[in-house]
Amino acid sequence: MSATAVRPVRIVVAKVGLDGHDRGVKVVARALRDAGYEVIYTGLRQTPEMVVDAALQEDAQVIGLSIHSGAHMTLFPAVVEELKRRQATDIVVFGGGIIPDDDIATLKKRGVAEIFTPGTPLQEIVDWLRMRFPESTQK
Amino acid sequence: MWQEEFESSPARDDGIETSTISGVPLQPLYTSEDLPRRAEEYPGQFPYTRGIHPSGYRGRLWTMRQFSGFATAEETNRRYKYLLANGQNGLSVAFDMPTLMGQDSDAPTSRGEVGHCGVAIDSLADMETLFDGIPLGDITTSMTINSPAAILLCMYIAVAEKQGVPASQLGGTLQNDILKEFIAQKEFIFPPAPSMRLVVDSIEYCATEVPKWNTISISGYHIREAGSTAAQELAFTLADGMAYVDACLERGMHIDDFASRLSFFFDAHIDFFEEIAKFRAARRIWARWMRERYGAQQERSWKLRFHAQTAGVSLTAQQPELNIARTAIEALAAVLGGTQSLHTNAMDEVFALPTDKAARLALRTQQLLAYETGVANTIDPLGGSYFIESLTDEMERQAEAYFKRIDEIGGVIPAIEVGFFQKEIADAAFRYQQELEQKRRLVVGVNEFMVDEEAPIDILRIDPRLESEQAERVQQVRRKRDQARCTNALHQLRKAAAGTDNLMPYILDAVRAYATEGEIMHALIEVFGTYTETAVV
Repeated sequence: MSATAVRPVRIVVAKVGLDGHDRGVKVVARALRDAGYEVIYTGLRQTPEMVVDAALQEDAQVIGLSIHSGAHMTLFPAVVEELKRRQATDIVVFGGGIIPDDDIATLKKRGVAEIFTPGTPLQEIVDWLRMRFPESTQK
Repeated sequence: MWQEEFESSPARDDGIETSTISGVPLQPLYTSEDLPRRAEEYPGQFPYTRGIHPSGYRGRLWTMRQFSGFATAEETNRRYKYLLANGQNGLSVAFDMPTLMGQDSDAPTSRGEVGHCGVAIDSLADMETLFDGIPLGDITTSMTINSPAAILLCMYIAVAEKQGVPASQLGGTLQNDILKEFIAQKEFIFPPAPSMRLVVDSIEYCATEVPKWNTISISGYHIREAGSTAAQELAFTLADGMAYVDACLERGMHIDDFASRLSFFFDAHIDFFEEIAKFRAARRIWARWMRERYGAQQERSWKLRFHAQTAGVSLTAQQPELNIARTAIEALAAVLGGTQSLHTNAMDEVFALPTDKAARLALRTQQLLAYETGVANTIDPLGGSYFIESLTDEMERQAEAYFKRIDEIGGVIPAIEVGFFQKEIADAAFRYQQELEQKRRLVVGVNEFMVDEEAPIDILRIDPRLESEQAERVQQVRRKRDQARCTNALHQLRKAAAGTDNLMPYILDAVRAYATEGEIMHALIEVFGTYTETAVV
């Protein structure tokens, strides 16, 4: 395959809030890396401010959030708000975890681009990213 | 003869793996030739492969212990009374994330988390409400808490005091297993050394003051849920157990003074026979190590007692009613594996904490197993099965191989520090996910047999007002208490933490003075510092 001039999409993947359940975030991080994305995993217990800091420092186009503690309605929108405050709303936020259907609609209204729930095939996440960033072909 | 016929028969070509869910290759048939040659084994006799009680479930059924907790102490207290009225015979407290991470409900980093995945407990005042009207001398309680475990145990002791129940009469279990937090669940706060000190302090204290208490529940559950194989769950958990034994021996305790209060907690996953073999192997390995390596003299020190919970990770958000069937099969594996107590997951736990109805169905599933199916009538009914015995040996062999590798790294804590367990688990989780993607393993409703339209199900909602109310409650506790007494207790605790005293009496004093959980943790953090993991993907 030929190399392209377009730089690969950079994604900051983060665990927000207090829970330490990192199985999902690690599996997704690996799959995105395998799919050709540049993945930066922040580690555990990130505040919305820390996540946005990392995204700006890393010049990321995407933030992927994972949460399993039920605090998604507070913390996911808090990341979006922080991006607004820092005038970085071009960064796309998506998330995953134990998130009931009703909450997904609300989160989308509040600026989260997509939510992936348990059982989502990894390919679906990759396909979604390819749709959002068609210009940056992967390797 | 059979071999030839088998090989000439057409094989299914659906591409589905025939190894266990953990990747252990399986023969299509086991015969007497696969049976290990060993002396006849009996329940209640070393090495307890067939169970720790000579009478199995004929003597006593397993304890049906449903893990629950949500919102406020008051609401959870109501749920406990409901479960007890429905025939549950032990309590099991689920705490919310701020409580698990040792911070008060009004801390900035608690926002959005209060009361969500368990009950919010900030001080003795909340604990009094949680157990209001529940006689602590008559029931046993399990508390799933780790980094701040000593504090919550002290709160329980203090509530009992107020009810007039002496600590010596209290029965229950404290999870208190910090090693698996570093390995899998990641709810650590202090670095490994002071974390282990707190664990040993509580074991040492309880050996004399709360002798009926299970001081630790050495847990494979979280290791498995994080993605490990069955053999890794078995090996890492037992290795953790030995690390605690080593730490207690270093403290100068005698093996027979604490070994019998160590308890275990395993996952009951969906690969039926592998799970049964895992439970049987766990008992045999532990008994042998306790007797032969540690020289324990008393039989009760050799017996591995365990609690089991069905696999949360096996539940699916798709066609969630199927979770009832999954949970029943997993619960059956735990029972056939000889568990001492059991939690069955509710079908809706893949979305949120269970509703009353779902929680009752989960409990009823256990009652159905116990009273309708007849499985409790015969002890270790699968003992002697060519397959089960052979798989039990295989589990044991794989675990022993891991013990060697952990020893080569220098022990459990060095292995944590180099990320050995974390990497093994992440690799296994990724391998499994790939098998799903490639449809080499099927999960009904997820990658096969899907439906287009999912019917919505009712889920439990936590009132968002709860957070500010709970924050107000803890602030009120701080306003109303005897501040001088509280400050002094925290000061004494800090001083003791800098020395070598057992910290339990100091924590108990602080709890009695209504110091909050966050304040007590903060005092300890000042001395112990905190731990940050180097994240590996």
